[in-house]
Amino acid sequence: MNSLFSQEVPLSWYLLLSAALFSLGIVGFLIKRNLITMFMSIELMLNGVNLSFVTFAHQWHAVKGQIFVFFVMVVAAAEAAVGLAIIIAIFRTRATLAVDRVDLMKL
Amino acid sequence: MHLIVFIVFAGFCLAGAINLLIQSHPIASALSLIVVMTSLAVLYLLLGAEFLAAAQVIVYAGAIMVLFTFVVMLLNAGREERTLGSRAALRVGFPAVVVILAVIATVILHAQGLGVAKLSDGITSTEELSTVLFTKLLLPFEVTSVLILIAILGAVAMASHGGKEQERTGGK
Repeated sequence: MNSLFSQEVPLSWYLLLSAALFSLGIVGFLIKRNLITMFMSIELMLNGVNLSFVTFAHQWHAVKGQIFVFFVMVVAAAEAAVGLAIIIAIFRTRATLAVDRVDLMKL
Repeated sequence: MHLIVFIVFAGFCLAGAINLLIQSHPIASALSLIVVMTSLAVLYLLLGAEFLAAAQVIVYAGAIMVLFTFVVMLLNAGREERTLGSRAALRVGFPAVVVILAVIATVILHAQGLGVAKLSDGITSTEELSTVLFTKLLLPFEVTSVLILIAILGAVAMASHGGKEQERTGGK
């Protein structure tokens, strides 16, 4: 029981998880045909990168890595606000969210 | 203990991410993304980032995902129609993903000097974080506030401009 509590996890596992999340985000961006879900895949990629930032901050005991994640969160919040406003504007003019139907620059 | 918690929440993370891809309804995708983000917060806590764990739950799983679900419900987005997607994505995209994942995994597995994470490592206190943020990195911090202001103005301008267009065309 004691050994179970003192178990340690190699940091490479955290990095592999972050790489897997990033790849799943790319795959989602490629296979999804809905604007909102594609946007969610981008958030998934951002989260994967954040995890590797936190892992390296732990590895080198550097606070700045964590602060960078904080900035990424701020930018992601701004990006979500603007991106969703764009999606709403697209939906108003096209009445669809399928990317295959949004293929003209001008109506 | 650390190992068990890591395996459980890494499993939740991957399951949520895969579920995001499988589900065809945007609301189901949004909910599985919330699962991913909340379990990532637990992993941050395991790595000793207590402030980021709280911010992850509040900002990501809270604010951003509420915005997403709100927009999904506002637009009444139904089930997405499956198409084959572009040919370029099929031929270049998926091999590229496999290559990227393989390269990253090889680099990580062959990296020397990567440490281990233990529960006894201690946590980076919020005080320590804020000391650096508000002294050395004060300028970037202030610049992000301008960025957020611009984003808010842009979102409002875009939403209200679209409304005006609609009124004009509707009035004709």
